[in-house]
Amino acid sequence: MAEQISFVDYLVLDPEPRLVAHECDSCSARFFDHRNACASCGSTSFHDAEIATTGEVRAFTIVSLAAPGVPVPFAAAVVDCGGTSVRANLLNVPPDPEHISLGMKVRLATTVVGVDSAGTEAIGFGFEPLEGTTNGQ
Amino acid sequence: MASEDIWIVGIHMTKFGKHPDRDIVDLASEAVMGALGDGGMSMRDVGVVAAGNLMGGPGSIGQQIQKQVGQTGAPVYNVANACATGATALRTAIMALKAGECDTGLAVGVEKLAGAGLLAGSTRADDADTWTRRGRYGQVAAIDGRIGTETMPGVFAQIGMEYGHRYGGVDFELFAKISEKNHAHSTLNPLASYQKRFTLEEIMGDVMIAYPNTRPMCSANCDGAAAAVVVTDAKRKTLSLEQQRRSVKVAASVLTTDPYEEACQVLPNVNTLTKNAAAQAYEAAGIGPADLDLVELHDCFATAELVHYDNLGLCEEGGAADFFRSGATWRDGTTPVNVSGGLESKGHPIAATGIANVWEICHHLRGEAGDRQIEGARVGLAHVIGLGSACGVHILERAAA
Repeated sequence: MAEQISFVDYLVLDPEPRLVAHECDSCSARFFDHRNACASCGSTSFHDAEIATTGEVRAFTIVSLAAPGVPVPFAAAVVDCGGTSVRANLLNVPPDPEHISLGMKVRLATTVVGVDSAGTEAIGFGFEPLEGTTNGQ
Repeated sequence: MASEDIWIVGIHMTKFGKHPDRDIVDLASEAVMGALGDGGMSMRDVGVVAAGNLMGGPGSIGQQIQKQVGQTGAPVYNVANACATGATALRTAIMALKAGECDTGLAVGVEKLAGAGLLAGSTRADDADTWTRRGRYGQVAAIDGRIGTETMPGVFAQIGMEYGHRYGGVDFELFAKISEKNHAHSTLNPLASYQKRFTLEEIMGDVMIAYPNTRPMCSANCDGAAAAVVVTDAKRKTLSLEQQRRSVKVAASVLTTDPYEEACQVLPNVNTLTKNAAAQAYEAAGIGPADLDLVELHDCFATAELVHYDNLGLCEEGGAADFFRSGATWRDGTTPVNVSGGLESKGHPIAATGIANVWEICHHLRGEAGDRQIEGARVGLAHVIGLGSACGVHILERAAA
């Protein structure tokens, strides 16, 4: 199996793919990047917190015009994962308003973004519909 | 009692559109000379200059303008606050007056964007030969298109859809109808970039940019400038009766930023900072939304206009869709919104926008808006959002007869 690297450092691949945020020790605000102090309360200490791997589409768009090199159309969304909002593409669903709806239940999924010259796969993430997928419950 | 009132005595906007033969200094200078002439003032009267330009030139736009129209040595504040830059310049000049630094200020914003295309997410870095973590998320390659979108049509599409998810009653057609209204309004505005009325079918059938925003539902990139001259109450009393009669009172000048909220790290929240700015502005002006005769709000996309009906308190919380469907925001409705045509047709030269919308309100309050005059307009509100975020709200009142 090819070597793999997660696309961003808040995506952890092993043993199961999940997103991990920096959670404020004081007020529990969560950040995917590093903060010197909590934007919400000003506290300076954080711990890692795993984000729920299922959620609900709270907003979406289908991008038809993007930078050269970005495949279009694609669906971009805000997914509410148990109270933590995550920005991601929607995967394994046709990018059209007949197949995507507000409130749709989704789960974390991974995708190969690309392979570099050393043969390492970059593994990205998105969300796929809970219903109607191969492993749908 | 707060510090004394501030008045707009002169204001001007250039024709918005394509100005291929003129640079940002030319356009800004036309706006400045126009505003000074409108107010019966000269650069010698101006004690402070606040200027904004985001996308072009070598910077220090305020000093470049001084060299073009009057190099008096007055201090310049070059300001930047994304699409709220013009409102920030105006607010900066007003703050200088309120602080007692001088009695006359000039604010100007200018941009050349005709044919600019996407203003964010227009390019994406190529992938490196080998994956290496960099950036604030330790990403191994460019994020745009891989983790959501950085394009403005896509970001603001989600802002409109999020409102729909929260309150319901929102669909593609509703957003398209908002665009239909603004394009219809633009036919009465000779300074608008586009003065073409579109049918709903034309809007919905046009090129999709980021669902549900089609091309005519997006703000128009264009060239343009706008400038305003503001004076203190004491200075105004020294002016001619005609200057005093045409002056417009700045009943409120507010700038806010986005306070922390869950989700703001993944989708900009343009709602709370607008609600906060509106609340502060209504309190300062001693009025409520029902008192407004017209509103110019930041319809950078049709999906954005909807949420700001609610954010500015023009309707009940959650009631923006019904409010629009009632016809309230058409020019013959109870709360005319964007009778200029809005950014979707008037155009959006980003640093000029926050003064151009004040110009529109002033034009009506002075009874000088010609064919698109809102009869008897006494009070109006101008609103802008700059992503990042900043919100400017100005409430303007006609001078007492």
